[in-house]
Amino acid sequence: MNFPENLKYTKDHEWVRIEGDICYVGVTDFAQSELGDIVFVDITSQGKTIKQHDVFGTVEAVKTVSDLFMPLSGEVLEVNSALENTPDSLNNDPYGNGWMIKASISNPNEVADLLDVGAYKTLINV
Amino acid sequence: MKLVALNDLHVSLGAKMIEFAGYNMPVLYTNLIKEHLAVRNSVGVFDVSHMGEFYLKGEHALDLIQYVTSNDASKLTDGKIQYSCLPNDKGGIVDDLLVYKVKDNEYMLVVNASNIEKDWNWISKHNTFGVEMTNYSDYLSLLAVQGPNAINTLQKITDVDLSSIEYYSFKIGAMGALSEVWISNTGYTGSGGFELYCQNEDARKLWDAVFEAGKEFNITPTGLGARDTLRLEKGFCLYGNDINDETSPIEAGLGWITKFTKNFINSEYHSNLKTNGVSKKLVGFELIDRGIPRHYYKIKDVSGNEIGEVTSGTQSPSMNKGIGMGYVKTEHSKIGSEIFIEIREKLLKAVVVKIPFL
Repeated sequence: MNFPENLKYTKDHEWVRIEGDICYVGVTDFAQSELGDIVFVDITSQGKTIKQHDVFGTVEAVKTVSDLFMPLSGEVLEVNSALENTPDSLNNDPYGNGWMIKASISNPNEVADLLDVGAYKTLINV
Repeated sequence: MKLVALNDLHVSLGAKMIEFAGYNMPVLYTNLIKEHLAVRNSVGVFDVSHMGEFYLKGEHALDLIQYVTSNDASKLTDGKIQYSCLPNDKGGIVDDLLVYKVKDNEYMLVVNASNIEKDWNWISKHNTFGVEMTNYSDYLSLLAVQGPNAINTLQKITDVDLSSIEYYSFKIGAMGALSEVWISNTGYTGSGGFELYCQNEDARKLWDAVFEAGKEFNITPTGLGARDTLRLEKGFCLYGNDINDETSPIEAGLGWITKFTKNFINSEYHSNLKTNGVSKKLVGFELIDRGIPRHYYKIKDVSGNEIGEVTSGTQSPSMNKGIGMGYVKTEHSKIGSEIFIEIREKLLKAVVVKIPFL
Protein backbone atom coordinates (compact mmCIF):
# COMPACT_ATOMS: atom_id res chain seq x y z
CA MET A 1 0.00 0.00 0.00
CA ASN A 2 1.13 3.48 -0.85
CA PHE A 3 1.15 6.51 1.49
CA PRO A 4 2.82 9.57 -0.04
CA GLU A 5 5.17 11.51 2.27
CA ASN A 6 3.93 14.93 1.17
CA LEU A 7 0.35 14.38 2.39
CA LYS A 8 -1.31 14.76 5.77
CA TYR A 9 -3.73 12.13 7.04
CA THR A 10 -6.71 11.78 9.39
CA LYS A 11 -7.91 9.08 11.75
CA ASP A 12 -10.92 8.76 9.43
CA HIS A 13 -8.54 7.52 6.71
CA GLU A 14 -8.59 10.59 4.54
CA TRP A 15 -5.62 12.33 3.01
CA VAL A 16 -5.15 16.10 2.77
CA ARG A 17 -2.88 17.93 0.35
CA ILE A 18 -2.32 21.47 1.54
CA GLU A 19 -1.55 24.17 -1.05
CA GLY A 20 -1.37 27.52 0.70
CA ASP A 21 -4.80 28.36 2.10
CA ILE A 22 -6.62 25.62 0.23
CA CYS A 23 -6.54 21.84 0.43
CA TYR A 24 -7.48 18.78 -1.59
CA VAL A 25 -9.08 15.82 0.17
CA GLY A 26 -9.42 12.13 -0.71
CA VAL A 27 -9.47 8.71 0.93
CA THR A 28 -6.31 6.75 1.62
CA ASP A 29 -5.14 3.60 -0.10
CA PHE A 30 -5.94 1.75 3.11
CA ALA A 31 -9.49 3.13 3.16
CA GLN A 32 -10.23 2.23 -0.45
CA SER A 33 -8.91 -1.27 0.08
CA GLU A 34 -11.08 -1.74 3.17
CA LEU A 35 -14.17 -0.35 1.43
CA GLY A 36 -13.81 -2.46 -1.70
CA ASP A 37 -15.35 -1.46 -5.02
CA ILE A 38 -16.58 2.10 -4.72
CA VAL A 39 -19.70 2.41 -6.86
CA PHE A 40 -21.11 5.78 -5.84
CA VAL A 41 -19.64 9.01 -4.53
CA ASP A 42 -22.36 11.32 -3.19
CA ILE A 43 -21.07 14.81 -2.38
CA THR A 44 -23.64 17.61 -2.48
CA SER A 45 -21.81 20.07 -0.28
CA GLN A 46 -20.29 22.31 -2.94
CA GLY A 47 -20.34 25.94 -1.75
CA LYS A 48 -21.08 24.96 1.82
CA THR A 49 -18.94 25.89 4.78
CA ILE A 50 -18.39 22.85 6.95
CA LYS A 51 -16.75 22.48 10.34
CA GLN A 52 -13.84 20.12 10.95
CA HIS A 53 -15.05 16.52 11.56
CA ASP A 54 -18.53 17.19 10.11
CA VAL A 55 -19.83 15.17 7.17
CA PHE A 56 -19.23 16.56 3.68
CA GLY A 57 -20.37 13.54 1.66
CA THR A 58 -20.76 9.80 1.43
CA VAL A 59 -19.06 7.00 -0.45
CA GLU A 60 -20.81 3.74 -1.17
CA ALA A 61 -19.31 0.39 -2.01
CA VAL A 62 -21.59 -2.41 -3.22
CA LYS A 63 -22.30 -3.45 0.35
CA THR A 64 -21.39 -0.49 2.52
CA VAL A 65 -22.06 3.18 3.08
CA SER A 66 -19.39 5.41 4.65
CA ASP A 67 -19.54 9.06 5.60
CA LEU A 68 -16.76 11.43 4.61
CA PHE A 69 -15.53 13.88 7.24
CA MET A 70 -14.10 17.34 6.73
CA PRO A 71 -10.44 17.16 7.81
CA LEU A 72 -10.25 20.94 8.27
CA SER A 73 -12.96 23.59 8.65
CA GLY A 74 -13.62 25.47 5.44
CA GLU A 75 -15.75 25.97 2.36
CA VAL A 76 -16.10 23.24 -0.22
CA LEU A 77 -14.89 25.08 -3.32
CA GLU A 78 -15.02 22.26 -5.83
CA VAL A 79 -16.20 18.67 -6.03
CA ASN A 80 -14.44 16.25 -8.37
CA SER A 81 -17.36 15.79 -10.77
CA ALA A 82 -15.51 13.09 -12.71
CA LEU A 83 -16.23 10.72 -9.82
CA GLU A 84 -19.89 10.72 -10.82
CA ASN A 85 -19.06 8.46 -13.76
CA THR A 86 -15.81 6.94 -12.53
CA PRO A 87 -16.22 6.33 -8.79
CA ASP A 88 -13.69 3.52 -9.15
CA SER A 89 -10.96 6.18 -9.41
CA LEU A 90 -11.06 6.07 -5.60
CA ASN A 91 -9.88 2.47 -5.84
CA ASN A 92 -7.51 2.80 -8.79
CA ASP A 93 -5.91 6.16 -8.11
CA PRO A 94 -6.85 7.33 -4.62
CA TYR A 95 -4.26 10.14 -4.45
CA GLY A 96 -4.67 11.32 -8.05
CA ASN A 97 -7.88 11.10 -10.07
CA GLY A 98 -9.64 9.91 -6.92
CA TRP A 99 -9.46 13.30 -5.19
CA MET A 100 -12.87 14.25 -3.85
CA ILE A 101 -13.00 17.91 -2.88
CA LYS A 102 -11.02 21.14 -2.96
CA ALA A 103 -11.71 23.29 0.11
CA SER A 104 -10.60 26.50 1.71
CA ILE A 105 -8.84 26.35 5.06
CA SER A 106 -10.63 28.69 7.46
CA ASN A 107 -8.62 27.84 10.55
CA PRO A 108 -4.94 27.07 9.86
CA ASN A 109 -4.44 26.04 13.51
CA GLU A 110 -6.38 22.86 12.79
CA VAL A 111 -3.58 21.64 10.49
CA ALA A 112 -1.77 20.62 13.67
CA ASP A 113 -4.51 18.02 14.29
CA LEU A 114 -3.58 16.11 11.12
CA LEU A 115 -1.26 13.11 11.12
CA ASP A 116 1.98 12.87 9.19
CA VAL A 117 2.67 9.75 7.18
CA GLY A 118 4.53 8.02 10.02
CA ALA A 119 1.75 8.59 12.53
CA TYR A 120 -0.85 7.40 10.02
CA LYS A 121 1.08 4.22 9.26
CA THR A 122 1.32 3.56 13.00
CA LEU A 123 -2.45 4.04 13.27
CA ILE A 124 -3.14 1.35 10.69
CA ASN A 125 -0.26 -0.91 11.73
CA VAL A 126 1.74 -0.95 8.51
CA MET B 1 -17.85 -18.68 17.00
CA LYS B 2 -18.18 -21.83 14.92
CA LEU B 3 -15.74 -22.69 12.13
CA VAL B 4 -16.58 -24.40 8.86
CA ALA B 5 -14.34 -27.34 7.92
CA LEU B 6 -12.51 -25.23 5.33
CA ASN B 7 -11.95 -22.21 7.57
CA ASP B 8 -8.14 -22.35 7.34
CA LEU B 9 -8.29 -22.70 3.58
CA HIS B 10 -10.38 -19.55 3.24
CA VAL B 11 -7.98 -17.65 5.46
CA SER B 12 -5.00 -18.88 3.42
CA LEU B 13 -6.76 -17.72 0.24
CA GLY B 14 -6.83 -14.24 1.72
CA ALA B 15 -10.56 -14.11 2.32
CA LYS B 16 -12.02 -11.37 4.45
CA MET B 17 -13.76 -13.32 7.21
CA ILE B 18 -16.79 -12.05 9.11
CA GLU B 19 -19.06 -13.51 11.71
CA PHE B 20 -22.32 -14.55 10.09
CA ALA B 21 -25.00 -16.52 11.92
CA GLY B 22 -22.43 -17.53 14.53
CA TYR B 23 -19.95 -18.83 11.95
CA ASN B 24 -16.67 -17.35 10.77
CA MET B 25 -17.44 -17.02 7.06
CA PRO B 26 -15.63 -15.76 3.93
CA VAL B 27 -17.51 -12.65 2.82
CA LEU B 28 -15.04 -11.64 0.11
CA TYR B 29 -11.88 -13.06 -1.47
CA THR B 30 -10.65 -10.35 -3.81
CA ASN B 31 -13.31 -8.10 -5.25
CA LEU B 32 -17.07 -8.33 -4.94
CA ILE B 33 -17.93 -7.23 -8.47
CA LYS B 34 -15.41 -9.67 -9.98
CA GLU B 35 -16.78 -12.51 -7.87
CA HIS B 36 -20.33 -11.58 -8.82
CA LEU B 37 -19.56 -11.48 -12.53
CA ALA B 38 -17.53 -14.70 -12.35
CA VAL B 39 -20.71 -16.49 -11.31
CA ARG B 40 -22.87 -14.75 -13.91
CA ASN B 41 -20.38 -15.43 -16.72
CA SER B 42 -18.45 -18.58 -15.80
CA VAL B 43 -18.26 -20.38 -12.45
CA GLY B 44 -17.71 -19.58 -8.78
CA VAL B 45 -17.70 -21.64 -5.60
CA PHE B 46 -19.33 -20.63 -2.33
CA ASP B 47 -18.64 -22.48 0.89
CA VAL B 48 -22.05 -22.41 2.54
CA SER B 49 -21.36 -25.13 5.05
CA HIS B 50 -22.97 -23.01 7.74
CA MET B 51 -26.38 -24.04 6.38
CA GLY B 52 -28.31 -26.53 8.52
CA GLU B 53 -29.38 -30.03 7.54
CA PHE B 54 -32.01 -32.08 9.34
CA TYR B 55 -32.80 -35.66 8.41
CA LEU B 56 -36.37 -36.82 9.00
CA LYS B 57 -37.18 -40.48 8.93
CA GLY B 58 -40.26 -42.48 9.79
CA GLU B 59 -43.62 -43.67 8.65
CA HIS B 60 -45.13 -40.24 9.32
CA ALA B 61 -42.26 -38.07 8.11
CA LEU B 62 -44.40 -36.68 5.31
CA ASP B 63 -47.25 -35.93 7.73
CA LEU B 64 -44.90 -33.89 9.92
CA ILE B 65 -43.48 -32.02 6.93
CA GLN B 66 -46.97 -31.33 5.57
CA TYR B 67 -47.99 -29.90 8.93
CA VAL B 68 -44.96 -27.63 9.52
CA THR B 69 -44.32 -26.42 5.95
CA SER B 70 -46.45 -24.35 3.60
CA ASN B 71 -45.75 -26.07 0.28
CA ASP B 72 -47.28 -29.42 -0.67
CA ALA B 73 -44.55 -31.98 -0.05
CA SER B 74 -46.82 -34.83 -1.14
CA LYS B 75 -46.03 -33.76 -4.71
CA LEU B 76 -42.37 -34.70 -4.24
CA THR B 77 -41.08 -37.86 -5.84
CA ASP B 78 -37.75 -39.51 -4.92
CA GLY B 79 -34.82 -37.24 -5.75
CA LYS B 80 -36.95 -34.09 -5.98
CA ILE B 81 -36.56 -30.87 -4.01
CA GLN B 82 -39.06 -28.23 -3.01
CA TYR B 83 -38.70 -24.64 -1.81
CA SER B 84 -40.97 -24.07 1.15
CA CYS B 85 -41.34 -22.20 4.42
CA LEU B 86 -42.15 -22.91 8.03
CA PRO B 87 -45.08 -20.69 9.02
CA ASN B 88 -45.26 -19.74 12.70
CA ASP B 89 -48.48 -19.43 14.68
CA LYS B 90 -48.49 -15.61 14.63
CA GLY B 91 -48.83 -14.97 10.92
CA GLY B 92 -45.12 -14.88 10.11
CA ILE B 93 -42.39 -17.26 8.99
CA VAL B 94 -40.00 -19.24 11.20
CA ASP B 95 -37.67 -19.85 8.24
CA ASP B 96 -37.58 -20.69 4.56
CA LEU B 97 -36.05 -24.00 3.57
CA LEU B 98 -35.52 -26.72 1.00
CA VAL B 99 -37.22 -30.09 1.40
CA TYR B 100 -35.38 -33.01 -0.23
CA LYS B 101 -37.25 -36.26 -0.74
CA VAL B 102 -34.69 -39.06 -0.44
CA LYS B 103 -37.24 -41.84 -0.64
CA ASP B 104 -40.55 -42.73 0.95
CA ASN B 105 -40.42 -41.88 4.68
CA GLU B 106 -37.03 -40.15 4.41
CA TYR B 107 -36.47 -36.44 3.84
CA MET B 108 -33.72 -33.89 4.33
CA LEU B 109 -34.54 -30.30 5.29
CA VAL B 110 -31.97 -27.60 4.54
CA VAL B 111 -32.41 -24.48 6.66
CA ASN B 112 -30.72 -21.13 7.21
CA ALA B 113 -27.67 -21.14 9.50
CA SER B 114 -29.07 -18.33 11.63
CA ASN B 115 -32.20 -20.38 12.34
CA ILE B 116 -30.84 -23.89 12.94
CA GLU B 117 -31.69 -23.97 16.61
CA LYS B 118 -34.99 -22.12 16.22
CA ASP B 119 -36.12 -24.43 13.41
CA TRP B 120 -35.01 -27.56 15.22
CA ASN B 121 -36.96 -26.58 18.32
CA TRP B 122 -40.00 -25.55 16.29
CA ILE B 123 -40.19 -28.75 14.26
CA SER B 124 -39.42 -30.90 17.32
CA LYS B 125 -42.22 -29.19 19.23
CA HIS B 126 -44.68 -30.17 16.52
CA ASN B 127 -43.31 -33.66 16.06
CA THR B 128 -46.22 -35.52 17.57
CA PHE B 129 -45.87 -37.95 14.68
CA GLY B 130 -43.03 -40.02 16.10
CA VAL B 131 -40.64 -38.99 13.33
CA GLU B 132 -36.95 -39.67 13.96
CA MET B 133 -35.08 -36.37 13.56
CA THR B 134 -31.29 -36.04 13.24
CA ASN B 135 -29.40 -32.77 13.05
CA TYR B 136 -26.42 -33.23 10.70
CA SER B 137 -25.59 -29.52 10.49
CA ASP B 138 -22.24 -29.84 12.28
CA TYR B 139 -21.11 -32.79 10.18
CA LEU B 140 -21.89 -31.74 6.63
CA SER B 141 -20.16 -29.31 4.32
CA LEU B 142 -21.93 -27.64 1.42
CA LEU B 143 -20.20 -26.18 -1.63
CA ALA B 144 -22.36 -24.21 -4.04
CA VAL B 145 -20.74 -24.40 -7.48
CA GLN B 146 -22.62 -21.78 -9.45
CA GLY B 147 -22.59 -20.30 -12.92
CA PRO B 148 -22.99 -21.38 -16.55
CA ASN B 149 -19.72 -23.37 -16.45
CA ALA B 150 -20.58 -25.20 -13.22
CA ILE B 151 -21.90 -28.18 -15.16
CA ASN B 152 -18.84 -28.28 -17.44
CA THR B 153 -16.56 -28.14 -14.42
CA LEU B 154 -18.29 -30.82 -12.42
CA GLN B 155 -18.97 -33.19 -15.32
CA LYS B 156 -15.18 -33.65 -15.58
CA ILE B 157 -15.02 -35.21 -12.12
CA THR B 158 -18.13 -37.36 -11.98
CA ASP B 159 -19.71 -40.17 -13.97
CA VAL B 160 -23.16 -39.06 -12.92
CA ASP B 161 -24.82 -37.51 -15.98
CA LEU B 162 -25.34 -34.02 -14.63
CA SER B 163 -27.56 -32.96 -17.50
CA SER B 164 -30.01 -35.61 -16.34
CA ILE B 165 -30.43 -33.87 -12.96
CA GLU B 166 -33.29 -31.45 -13.50
CA TYR B 167 -33.64 -28.15 -11.66
CA TYR B 168 -34.69 -28.83 -8.08
CA SER B 169 -33.60 -32.47 -8.25
CA PHE B 170 -30.62 -34.30 -6.81
CA LYS B 171 -28.63 -37.49 -7.21
CA ILE B 172 -26.17 -39.21 -4.94
CA GLY B 173 -22.95 -40.33 -6.59
CA ALA B 174 -19.17 -40.35 -6.69
CA MET B 175 -17.31 -37.14 -7.45
CA GLY B 176 -13.55 -36.67 -7.55
CA ALA B 177 -12.08 -39.06 -5.00
CA LEU B 178 -15.28 -39.04 -2.95
CA SER B 179 -17.56 -42.04 -3.15
CA GLU B 180 -20.67 -40.17 -2.00
CA VAL B 181 -21.64 -36.62 -2.79
CA TRP B 182 -25.18 -35.31 -2.84
CA ILE B 183 -25.37 -33.42 -6.12
CA SER B 184 -28.26 -31.00 -6.07
CA ASN B 185 -29.37 -28.82 -8.99
CA THR B 186 -30.17 -25.83 -6.79
CA GLY B 187 -28.57 -22.56 -5.79
CA TYR B 188 -29.18 -19.02 -4.69
CA THR B 189 -27.65 -17.16 -7.60
CA GLY B 190 -30.01 -17.67 -10.53
CA SER B 191 -27.05 -18.55 -12.75
CA GLY B 192 -27.46 -22.31 -12.67
CA GLY B 193 -25.12 -24.80 -11.06
CA PHE B 194 -25.07 -27.39 -8.34
CA GLU B 195 -24.89 -27.57 -4.58
CA LEU B 196 -22.67 -30.37 -3.29
CA TYR B 197 -23.15 -31.92 0.14
CA CYS B 198 -20.35 -33.99 1.64
CA GLN B 199 -18.91 -35.03 4.99
CA ASN B 200 -16.77 -32.35 6.65
CA GLU B 201 -13.66 -34.53 6.45
CA ASP B 202 -14.04 -34.79 2.66
CA ALA B 203 -14.65 -31.10 2.01
CA ARG B 204 -11.05 -30.25 1.19
CA LYS B 205 -10.72 -33.09 -1.28
CA LEU B 206 -13.92 -32.01 -3.00
CA TRP B 207 -12.89 -28.32 -3.07
CA ASP B 208 -9.51 -29.22 -4.62
CA ALA B 209 -11.05 -31.50 -7.23
CA VAL B 210 -13.60 -28.84 -8.22
CA PHE B 211 -10.94 -26.13 -8.54
CA GLU B 212 -8.63 -28.37 -10.55
CA ALA B 213 -11.48 -29.20 -12.93
CA GLY B 214 -12.56 -25.59 -13.18
CA LYS B 215 -9.15 -24.11 -14.01
CA GLU B 216 -9.94 -23.80 -17.70
CA PHE B 217 -13.03 -21.77 -16.80
CA ASN B 218 -11.15 -19.47 -14.42
CA ILE B 219 -13.12 -20.88 -11.52
CA THR B 220 -13.02 -18.52 -8.57
CA PRO B 221 -13.84 -18.70 -4.87
CA THR B 222 -16.80 -16.43 -4.17
CA GLY B 223 -17.88 -14.97 -0.85
CA LEU B 224 -21.12 -14.23 0.92
CA GLY B 225 -21.02 -10.65 -0.36
CA ALA B 226 -21.42 -11.75 -3.97
CA ARG B 227 -23.95 -14.37 -2.91
CA ASP B 228 -26.15 -11.58 -1.59
CA THR B 229 -25.93 -9.36 -4.68
CA LEU B 230 -26.50 -12.37 -6.95
CA ARG B 231 -29.62 -13.48 -5.12
CA LEU B 232 -31.00 -9.97 -4.97
CA GLU B 233 -30.71 -9.47 -8.75
CA LYS B 234 -32.91 -12.55 -9.06
CA GLY B 235 -35.34 -11.35 -6.40
CA PHE B 236 -34.80 -14.31 -4.08
CA CYS B 237 -35.94 -13.59 -0.53
CA LEU B 238 -33.38 -13.53 2.26
CA TYR B 239 -34.66 -14.59 5.66
CA GLY B 240 -34.12 -11.82 8.20
CA ASN B 241 -34.39 -9.18 5.45
CA ASP B 242 -37.31 -9.81 3.12
CA ILE B 243 -39.16 -12.36 5.20
CA ASN B 244 -39.18 -12.83 8.96
CA ASP B 245 -41.24 -13.82 11.99
CA GLU B 246 -43.83 -11.19 11.12
CA THR B 247 -44.27 -11.41 7.35
CA SER B 248 -46.78 -13.73 5.72
CA PRO B 249 -45.66 -15.71 2.67
CA ILE B 250 -48.71 -14.21 0.95
CA GLU B 251 -47.39 -10.67 1.52
CA ALA B 252 -43.92 -11.78 0.42
CA GLY B 253 -45.09 -13.03 -2.97
CA LEU B 254 -44.57 -16.62 -1.85
CA GLY B 255 -48.14 -17.67 -2.56
CA TRP B 256 -46.71 -20.17 -5.02
CA ILE B 257 -45.18 -22.15 -2.13
CA THR B 258 -48.26 -21.77 0.09
CA LYS B 259 -50.74 -24.51 -0.74
CA PHE B 260 -54.18 -24.59 0.83
CA THR B 261 -54.92 -28.06 -0.49
CA LYS B 262 -53.66 -29.31 2.89
CA ASN B 263 -53.74 -28.20 6.50
CA PHE B 264 -50.59 -26.66 8.00
CA ILE B 265 -49.72 -24.49 10.98
CA ASN B 266 -51.79 -21.30 10.79
CA SER B 267 -52.97 -22.12 7.26
CA GLU B 268 -56.37 -20.58 7.89
CA TYR B 269 -54.79 -17.19 8.59
CA HIS B 270 -52.79 -17.18 5.34
CA SER B 271 -55.74 -18.52 3.40
CA ASN B 272 -57.83 -15.59 4.64
CA LEU B 273 -55.09 -13.18 3.56
CA LYS B 274 -55.09 -14.75 0.13
CA THR B 275 -58.88 -14.50 -0.13
CA ASN B 276 -59.34 -11.06 1.40
CA GLY B 277 -56.16 -9.41 0.18
CA VAL B 278 -53.12 -8.07 1.99
CA SER B 279 -52.44 -4.50 3.10
CA LYS B 280 -48.74 -4.59 2.16
CA LYS B 281 -46.74 -6.44 -0.43
CA LEU B 282 -43.10 -7.18 -1.11
CA VAL B 283 -42.07 -5.51 -4.37
CA GLY B 284 -38.91 -5.04 -6.38
CA PHE B 285 -37.89 -1.56 -7.45
CA GLU B 286 -35.19 0.19 -9.43
CA LEU B 287 -33.86 3.63 -8.66
CA ILE B 288 -34.43 6.19 -11.39
CA ASP B 289 -32.49 8.89 -9.57
CA ARG B 290 -28.88 8.09 -8.76
CA GLY B 291 -28.62 6.28 -5.44
CA ILE B 292 -28.35 2.94 -3.71
CA PRO B 293 -31.19 1.64 -1.55
CA ARG B 294 -30.32 -0.13 1.70
CA HIS B 295 -32.14 -2.23 4.30
CA TYR B 296 -34.37 -0.09 6.58
CA TYR B 297 -34.50 2.97 4.32
CA LYS B 298 -38.01 4.45 4.26
CA ILE B 299 -40.20 4.20 1.18
CA LYS B 300 -42.43 7.24 0.59
CA ASP B 301 -45.04 8.46 -1.86
CA VAL B 302 -44.74 11.58 -4.00
CA SER B 303 -46.05 13.73 -1.13
CA GLY B 304 -43.52 12.32 1.31
CA ASN B 305 -45.91 10.07 3.23
CA GLU B 306 -44.33 6.87 4.46
CA ILE B 307 -45.66 3.84 2.55
CA GLY B 308 -43.11 1.18 3.42
CA GLU B 309 -39.53 0.14 4.09
CA VAL B 310 -36.65 -1.31 2.10
CA THR B 311 -35.76 -4.87 3.13
CA SER B 312 -32.82 -5.46 0.74
CA GLY B 313 -30.92 -3.13 -1.52
CA THR B 314 -27.69 -2.80 -3.40
CA GLN B 315 -26.04 -1.42 -6.47
CA SER B 316 -26.58 -4.20 -9.00
CA PRO B 317 -23.17 -5.29 -10.35
CA SER B 318 -24.79 -6.64 -13.53
CA MET B 319 -27.05 -3.66 -14.25
CA ASN B 320 -25.00 -0.89 -12.64
CA LYS B 321 -27.95 0.70 -10.90
CA GLY B 322 -29.60 0.76 -7.52
CA ILE B 323 -32.11 -2.05 -7.01
CA GLY B 324 -34.01 -3.22 -3.98
CA MET B 325 -36.95 -4.99 -2.47
CA GLY B 326 -39.29 -3.76 0.20
CA TYR B 327 -42.79 -3.86 1.55
CA VAL B 328 -45.16 -1.14 0.35
CA LYS B 329 -48.84 -0.53 0.94
CA THR B 330 -50.75 -2.62 -1.60
CA GLU B 331 -52.03 0.40 -3.53
CA HIS B 332 -48.40 1.26 -4.41
CA SER B 333 -47.37 -2.27 -5.36
CA LYS B 334 -48.39 -2.35 -9.03
CA ILE B 335 -45.61 -2.72 -11.60
CA GLY B 336 -44.76 0.77 -12.83
CA SER B 337 -45.81 2.57 -9.63
CA GLU B 338 -43.65 5.55 -8.85
CA ILE B 339 -42.23 5.43 -5.33
CA PHE B 340 -39.52 7.33 -3.50
CA ILE B 341 -36.68 6.04 -1.39
CA GLU B 342 -35.48 8.32 1.38
CA ILE B 343 -31.70 8.39 1.31
CA ARG B 344 -29.85 10.84 3.55
CA GLU B 345 -32.93 13.05 3.88
CA LYS B 346 -33.47 13.21 0.13
CA LEU B 347 -36.36 11.55 -1.72
CA LEU B 348 -35.02 9.65 -4.71
CA LYS B 349 -37.38 8.50 -7.43
CA ALA B 350 -37.79 4.77 -8.02
CA VAL B 351 -40.17 2.55 -9.93
CA VAL B 352 -41.77 -0.75 -8.97
CA VAL B 353 -40.55 -3.41 -11.41
CA LYS B 354 -41.04 -7.09 -12.03
CA ILE B 355 -38.90 -9.51 -10.06
CA PRO B 356 -36.43 -10.96 -11.07
CA PHE B 357 -34.57 -7.81 -12.01
CA LEU B 358 -32.31 -9.78 -14.31
